[in-house]
Parts: sequence; structure tokens; C-alpha cells
Amino acid sequence: MTVKQISVFLENRPGALAEFTRILEKSNMNLRALSLAESEDFGIVRVIVDDPFETIRILKDEGYVCSITKVIAVEIQDKPGALVRMLNILGDNQVNLEYSYAFLAKKANSAFMILRVEDNDKAIKVLTQNGIRPICHDDMEKMFK
Amino acid sequence: MEHYFNPEVECASREQITAWQNERLVKQVERVYNTVPYYRKKMDDLGVKPSDIHGIQDLHLLPTMTKDDLRDQYPSGLLAVPMSECVRIHSTSGTTGRRVVAYYTQNDIDLWEECCARALAAAGATKDDVVQVCYGYGLFTGGAGLHGGSHKLGSLTLPMSSGNTDRQLQFMTDLGTTVLCCTPSYAAYLTESINERGLRDQIKLKAGIFGAEAWTEEMRRDIENGLGIKAYDIYGLTEISGPGVAFECSEQHGMHVNEDHFIVETINPKTGEPVPHGEKGEIVFTSITKEAFPLIRYRTKDIGVLNDEPCSCGRTHVRMSKPMGRSDDMLIVKGVNVFPSQIETVLLNCGYPANYQIVVTRANNSDRIEVQVEMTPEMFSDSLKEISAREKQLVTALKAMLGIYCVVKLVAPKTIARSEGKAKRVIDKRDLYKG
Repeated sequence: MTVKQISVFLENRPGALAEFTRILEKSNMNLRALSLAESEDFGIVRVIVDDPFETIRILKDEGYVCSITKVIAVEIQDKPGALVRMLNILGDNQVNLEYSYAFLAKKANSAFMILRVEDNDKAIKVLTQNGIRPICHDDMEKMFK
Repeated sequence: MEHYFNPEVECASREQITAWQNERLVKQVERVYNTVPYYRKKMDDLGVKPSDIHGIQDLHLLPTMTKDDLRDQYPSGLLAVPMSECVRIHSTSGTTGRRVVAYYTQNDIDLWEECCARALAAAGATKDDVVQVCYGYGLFTGGAGLHGGSHKLGSLTLPMSSGNTDRQLQFMTDLGTTVLCCTPSYAAYLTESINERGLRDQIKLKAGIFGAEAWTEEMRRDIENGLGIKAYDIYGLTEISGPGVAFECSEQHGMHVNEDHFIVETINPKTGEPVPHGEKGEIVFTSITKEAFPLIRYRTKDIGVLNDEPCSCGRTHVRMSKPMGRSDDMLIVKGVNVFPSQIETVLLNCGYPANYQIVVTRANNSDRIEVQVEMTPEMFSDSLKEISAREKQLVTALKAMLGIYCVVKLVAPKTIARSEGKAKRVIDKRDLYKG
């Protein structure tokens, strides 16, 4: 019930992100979501792609330091209050959010949230109990077809 | 008018200085041969006996010593008196956690303090002066040396130690400091602070003694003009005693070596052959009056030139130039000795690869050291927090090893320049030894 996120180490300099995306383009990888975290001297780019294992292989060949992390993806309705409801469920159950980002799917009125938490199992359990079902990588891919 | 602390010695004839050196060297060699097994072995290995040494003309027959010998004999293998005769130690940081520990008898302390008193007197200090010592106190010799010298001279001594600029400036203005002792970079920083705060007309400084790190003539001019003082250089190293091994006089052209205590030579760092005065060579000292921790022909790794021309100040002791470079890879950053191998040790201990680069810069007369490390799959995480925490651990470990703050910069794999398959470890952009 998780999706595979790829995290990549990038230097904090002009053009670093462009070089990275050029590699994805060259290898025909489809980018579903992207988020950037930066410190003073480096950044971590986190992406969701259609084929994570192939992407990792290509990136490693190109000399990037990268890793796969299992993160939670949930579909929420694209309307006011939907995000609050989900976050309240996590907060009420003491699930701490490390980071999070959103993207839109092809389906109308629907958005996805990517959630990185310490304990995936616990987060999935409390979300499911409250009627929000996290999706897996294949489910997500179907949404883009 | 030139001030001297001990004019009979400082202005003695060359014949007199040589006579002192001959007598003291012969005694010292005999003593270390008989009391320190390590020296005996080194001399035996070379087939040299104390009876072969009749005076300074035979100095070249003796084996040289390096920091490696000191580390090898850590902590007390080179002690030449019973431990009960020692009253103090000082220490420098060393590679792989092994420090150099120097021992002092009361007599060693007295002689060292006299050397510092000579330096203070040469800078114009008398018993009527107020001497503010902002070198670090503790294991470092800077604070203790100038503190003791100031006492010997009878000056009012302000044992400030380093840092806390607000307090430094308050004492400087309230107590009317006339002589400042600190590293040149801190002097430059204080100069700026004084002028920024408009304190220039409230200070009574007339001179400063600035050592423990390399500084340029431009820096001297900045400090002198910025404070309206004369700025003097001082040289020393813990192994030989501490600051005051050599010091500048009013001429400000080279540092007089206290030759009644230290014989100075220059040698070719590659062959070990003596280099004549006036030519560049590695500076080598023999401490001929030290009791606890005498060193025979200690190679400083500092490259410099000796000058035996008469000096306008009236002192007769030979002058050494400012160090013009190093014959090893040691860096002096913020007055602290830094070896790249120390940084390498920390990196490996913290799980980083040994592929790194050290970049040293100086802005506004203050040193900055940056350690660039390549990111590895093992050290990587999707969490910024985790990577930053590891980075902080590394900064803390570097601080513990070196005693100074280093900036850590994580860079992408294979981005550190490699030349001929070997990485260029150190980029020193300070140009300290220029000209």
C-alpha cells in the first residue's frame, strides 16, 4: 500500500536540476510528481516515476547518489477541507509527518498527497480505519493511463 | 629609544654567543645521550658519541628530530629529567589523536618567560605598561608564554584569553591597555571592531605582538594604520618552548632568535644538508638550555632564511625571516596547526569516504576552512534532517580533533578534482607566503 519514491542528491548550483531532468527525458521516464528540499549547500530532489527500478538503474549509471523510499500516496478530493480532514486523522493518531507534497492526477476533481512518515504501517492503518485508502504504485499508474 | 630586557645577553658579541652555544651544546648532548634512551639509540645508529661533539661546528653530525619522533615517544619517552622535576606541560594537537606533549621544569618556564619578556621589551613594553593577553590560555603556549613574559617585565598583565570581543574592548578602554598580544587575525578583527564602534580615541594602544599564524606585510600595515600602533611578529613552537623563540625588534625586519637558548640552522629539507645564511632552507632548532624536554636538531618544517647582518636595534642575535612556506602539508588556520591527515581520520571515523578537499580562505583577515566531502550511497537519505544531522556530527568531530570550527560541504560524487589519479587535497587561497 505504498508507492516508491526516488530521492536524489543534487548539488546546490545552477543547472543541477536541469541536468537531472534531462536524464529522465532521455530515458523516456514519466515524471508523476516532483518535490525539492534544499539546505545551504545541497538539495534532495524527490520524484515519483512510472518505473522506479529502471530509473534508479539509469541514475546510478549516470553517477547520481539516489535511493528508493516507500511513501504513502492518498487520493483526496480536490475541494476545500479535504486535506484538513486527512491531516487531522494523522495528527489525532500521533503520526508525525516528515514531509509531504501534492500532485494532480488525470481524473477530474482529484488530487494526490504523498506522505513521508516514520511508521508507514501505522499511518496506513489509521487512514484505512477512517475510510481513506492509500494506493499502491500500480494503482497510481492506472490513474495516469 | 630601544628597550632591552637583558641587554648583556641580547647585545653580546658573536664570540660570546658562540662560546655560550659551544659549552651548552656539549653539555646538552652528553645529558640527553645519558638520560634519554631514544637519543642514545639515534646517535648510536649514526655512530656518533657525545665525545665527537666539541661545539656548534659539529652540530651537523647529530641526528635530526621530527614531529614523528615526538609522536613515537608520546607521552613521556623524551623526558630528560625525572617527572617529579617537571612543573607543567603544554601540548599541540597532533594527527590521529596523538598530541605532542612538552614538559617544563621551573627553570624551563623561567627561561621561556624571559624570552617572551625580551619580545615585549623589544616592542617597547616596560613595567609601566598594561599588557592585554588575548591568546588562548590552557594547553596552548600562546597565553601562558606572553602572560609570563609580561609578569617578568613587571607590566600589568590582563589574562583575557581569546574571544569575547565585547569584554576585550571594555578592558582595553577602561584599563588603558598599551600592548596587545594575540593572533594577527584577531588583531585585525579587533581593529575593525574598534573603528566600527568609534573607540579609536578611547584606546591607548601603542604596540601589538602578533604571532602563532602567518601574516603578510599588508596585514601588518592594515593593523598599524587601523590602530595607530606598531605591530610586531613573534615566532615559537611548543616543541621548543612556545612563543618567544624569535621576535621582532624596532627594525621590523626579521625576528631575532634567542641564540643563548636555541641554536638555529637552516637545512635543505630534501637532503638534510646545511644551507648557508641568506638562503632559503628548513629551520632547525636545538634547545641548549631546556632541562625537561630538550630537542636536538628539531626540524620545524618551516621554510625561512637566516640573516646574520648587524641590526640597527643593537641586538646581535641572528634574525630569521617570517616562515615562507612549509616543507610538509601542515596548514595554520586561525592560529591552529592542521594536518590534512587529521581531517581524513575524522572523515573515516564518521563513515565518510577519504576523498575530500580542504579549501582555506581568508576574508576580512579571518580564516575560514571548508571541508568538501563527496556524498555516498551509504550516507545518503531521503530525509534532509538525517543528512544534516550527520553533517553536524562531522562538524563536531572535526572541532574535537582540530579545535576549530570547519564548514562542511557535501558535494556530488566524483566532483572533487583529481590530478594524475590523486586528489588535490588542499587549496589554500590565502597566499600567505607570497613575496
